[in-house]
Amino acid sequence: MEATFHPPRLLPSGDSAITVEFSQHIDDAANQRVLALDRAMTATPIAGVTETVPTYRSLLVHYDPCQINFEALCEKLLAMAKLPAPPNAKTRHWRVPVAYGGENGIDLEDVAKTLHTTPDEIVARHVAGDYRVAMIGFTPGWSYLSGLEKFLHMPRRQNPRILTPPGTVSIGGVQTGIQCLAGPSGWHLIGRTPMRTYHLHRKPIFLLEPGDRITFFAIDEKSFAEQDQAAERGDLVGELMAS
Amino acid sequence: MTRLIVTSIGPASSVQDGGRHGAQRYGLTPSGAMDRLALAAANTLLGNAPFAAAVEIGPFGAAFSAREGAVRVALSGAARSADIAGQPVAFDSSMTIPDGETLTLGFAKGGAFSYLAIEGGIGGEPMFGSLAVNARAGLGSPYQRPLQAGDELPAKAASGAPERRIELPQAAAGPIRVVFGPQHDEFADEAKQLFLDSEWKISPTSDRMGYRLEGPVIKHLHGHNIVSDGTVDGSIQVPGNGAPIVLMPDRGTTGGYPKIATVISADLGRLAQTTAGTGFRFKAIAMAEAQAEVKTFAQLLRSLPDRLRGIDSVELNIEALHDANVAGHAVSAVDADTWHPPA
Repeated sequence: MEATFHPPRLLPSGDSAITVEFSQHIDDAANQRVLALDRAMTATPIAGVTETVPTYRSLLVHYDPCQINFEALCEKLLAMAKLPAPPNAKTRHWRVPVAYGGENGIDLEDVAKTLHTTPDEIVARHVAGDYRVAMIGFTPGWSYLSGLEKFLHMPRRQNPRILTPPGTVSIGGVQTGIQCLAGPSGWHLIGRTPMRTYHLHRKPIFLLEPGDRITFFAIDEKSFAEQDQAAERGDLVGELMAS
Repeated sequence: MTRLIVTSIGPASSVQDGGRHGAQRYGLTPSGAMDRLALAAANTLLGNAPFAAAVEIGPFGAAFSAREGAVRVALSGAARSADIAGQPVAFDSSMTIPDGETLTLGFAKGGAFSYLAIEGGIGGEPMFGSLAVNARAGLGSPYQRPLQAGDELPAKAASGAPERRIELPQAAAGPIRVVFGPQHDEFADEAKQLFLDSEWKISPTSDRMGYRLEGPVIKHLHGHNIVSDGTVDGSIQVPGNGAPIVLMPDRGTTGGYPKIATVISADLGRLAQTTAGTGFRFKAIAMAEAQAEVKTFAQLLRSLPDRLRGIDSVELNIEALHDANVAGHAVSAVDADTWHPPA
């Protein structure tokens, strides 16, 4: 492994953060290294580091320059990125219910047309996938998943929508994702999950962690409505599997 | 219970503090005051913690009335006309609003945001350690949205402590300083030079999420789509239309546009106070200088308690004189050799 080690690029993000970049592309190996460095920094905290934000290809490290300067932190980060990653204690596996198509996934028909197939096949392929939370960002709980099969890759919409529903499950480029809150999106909306990845009045407030394993299963509209109410009350919907 | 009633208020006014940190990995943005020095100055005037929650008041006028007791408050940030029951009161000072009376504030002058701190802070329920409003995430206390007329802010009864003013250094003038990166290599040298050589203006469509800049088009080398990565307060991202946006405290935690440069933290408040239509420039500095500026800014924040003065005291502002290079050359009334500045 040592022989193939490519050091990450350390890019300044102003005077109080460093972007540790492992790749410029969506790249599973790079994402694994991002998550590994993030775990390492949790296991062995560096004094002066205040917060880390894992993304697909880089780890953003916020720090207090009054406690540690840019050069010193770069050195520590490079050294840490070289070490073998601490083992991931246990990968959590979530089974996420999704009501596909209809009002819940207004783009499903169009996605099927564009990909020259049927909505049923899109759903069958989407639930057959094995995904990982590559990053959470943009708005609270918006979970970007890697592992979308090539057949389902779709360029993002030319005209992003200003408002898309909470719980939307969508496809954008080579990714699929779960958004928690209503908000803008340029992705293709194929379904909705009643699962709240962010709920202020539930413990935990944030359900998913970067690195979690995700699979989807289809539910009907009636079951969506029931589980949606339960989730709004703060109940946990979706299944956490030991894996 | 003693409280401060918001009797009138304009848009872009909300309860803000030092922000909520530690959950950006879940997509939760920090929020917090646009001008942290002004927030800290207002709080220091009342003996509050520097980043305690206060009312961030947008560019329009506002009025606050004390109910069921006098409320002691302090004002800092963008100056505006201010009076209590018709009696003018000064900015950068504390004051007590008698029970039933109203503090009336005019439009902001020469800035965008003013801060009204309340003695003892604002009563509320912190979420992730902060009262700051983040309407999209349903966070903030006592309200999860910008303030509206009729809102009530729980307050402590005024202590009767002597009123204070605070002597702040003259706001720095000159360009807004940036450090290049993280994606400056997505831009040709000419584009980076154009970014530094041009005069920029803040677009009126700007808000707490981002300040949109009006100026020349900054072109990308390889298109405007990058794989999303983390953002910070002050990230200058350049979307497809080539018009840069400076990300502010309500930013998305990640973004998919190349970021040409980042505003240094010491200059963020000054940028936040730049009004729409006012021309300004950027200047690139080295990382070592930027980090020295962080320390200078932290020192300034720590010095705030030492800058408090009695409200009636008119002390000689030695620092201002020094800054003006007046006090630098002492002149003796009896020694004619000292009458001319040294060569």
